[in-house]
Amino acid sequence: MAENATAPMLTALPLADLHAELGAKCVPFAGWSMPVQYPQGVMAEHLWTRAHAGLFDVSHMGQLRLPKSALEGLEALIPADLLGLPEGRQRYGIFTNATGGALDDLMVAHRAGDIFVVVNAARHAHDLAHLRAHIAGVEAVSDRALLALQGPEAEAALVALVPGVAAMRFMDVAVLRWQGADLWISRSGYTGEDGFEISVPVAQAEGFARALLADARVAPIGLGARDSLRLEAGLPLYGQEMDETITPVEAGQGWSIGRARRADGARAGGFPGAAIILEQLVHGAPRRRVGLRPEGRAPMRAGVALFAEAEGGAQIGAITSGGFGPSLGGPMAIGLIDAATDTDSVIFGDLRGKRLALQQVSLPFVPPGYKR
Amino acid sequence: MKYTEDHEWLSLDGDIVTVGITEYAATQLGDVVFVELPELETQVARGDEIVVIESVKAASDIVAPLDGEIVEINEALVDNPALVNDDPTGAAWFFKIKIEDDAALDEFMDEDEYKEHIGE
Repeated sequence: MAENATAPMLTALPLADLHAELGAKCVPFAGWSMPVQYPQGVMAEHLWTRAHAGLFDVSHMGQLRLPKSALEGLEALIPADLLGLPEGRQRYGIFTNATGGALDDLMVAHRAGDIFVVVNAARHAHDLAHLRAHIAGVEAVSDRALLALQGPEAEAALVALVPGVAAMRFMDVAVLRWQGADLWISRSGYTGEDGFEISVPVAQAEGFARALLADARVAPIGLGARDSLRLEAGLPLYGQEMDETITPVEAGQGWSIGRARRADGARAGGFPGAAIILEQLVHGAPRRRVGLRPEGRAPMRAGVALFAEAEGGAQIGAITSGGFGPSLGGPMAIGLIDAATDTDSVIFGDLRGKRLALQQVSLPFVPPGYKR
Repeated sequence: MKYTEDHEWLSLDGDIVTVGITEYAATQLGDVVFVELPELETQVARGDEIVVIESVKAASDIVAPLDGEIVEINEALVDNPALVNDDPTGAAWFFKIKIEDDAALDEFMDEDEYKEHIGE
């Protein structure tokens, strides 16, 4: 049973009072007290987001501003084509280390006056130090909340407050006004649905959240559903699918390595671990990420050991994230396995001492709803 | 009805105890998506983890509250785990256990004591 464990020095979200009023159950996460669910519950919140629009408070994530001149410096840390990122667009990237592992993943937005970056909460302090060691003028944005509005009705709900978002496509960024406040908006998210991430000044954040929640299409959604939504969408979570020992190629994020940064590109390499990563892009990596569907009903979660055989044989990998997919209607998992494993074979997970079969499947589990 | 510190409810009928989890426990677990029940006719000892229950959030165990033999299991939960959230103290019983000595139930909490235990 869950306990209200002692929670040392947790940071409260700017909207903590609103979450309490909405009946949120909060848990510690990366040093923050975060709403894990509201009275609807994880299952209903997940399904609501897939059908309507879910409002997530993701203010725990790190928001950073860099001078426009930083794009070149960022390319020295991230194997993405950032110099080719047009103004008004956002791109996914990964901070790599010298052995080709991942230090964090992030979004980089090229705006009119600066570069806006969003990083994971648990890596915020690390990333700030990492950036400041290489780039001048890195500013941590501490006076803005970050909200995500996700789902097929997100556009309609947000257009009612901010008409300008209708013109945005997937991964566009814009600064739009609402009641005198500048909203920093990207058309993106972490659920596989169409939607927006909205950075709003703390002073206006509650009013803006309440204005969204006043729309019958919008419901508050907690971290629990955020995790099942991202997993169904096949999206990696840093610390699970990605870490300092897993390369972007192994993590299935090779697509984020821009053509210009590849072996035959205009700006080939030049990022930490380039030799290893570029070699893996061409010749393959020792391990590969795989989507998995347990054949039975039992969910298999992170840490479950994977085997090629129903009995005996060496371990070939482990589940990195797993659970139940409410839209999928069954258990699902992502694993990291020996790349030599047959791609069409059934593999086995050791669950409570029994080896249970899993089908290898392509990701995502649920098709995305992005407005490209 | 008696209650354990593990948030199980026990209902005695002759020498058969029906076991389920409380409304409080079901709410804490969240949406239940998987239930694995013990084998019929197995002898269990108090404290044995005999049921696996998984919600969208996490896996938990239900322990045997008493020594005895499993004489009935609720197969309906395997097909419809959500019953645990819909009717935890009724249709969603987990198993029935045949006990030797019904005095063993005396030590468990009554409803008022359980309510105090969960802070209601």
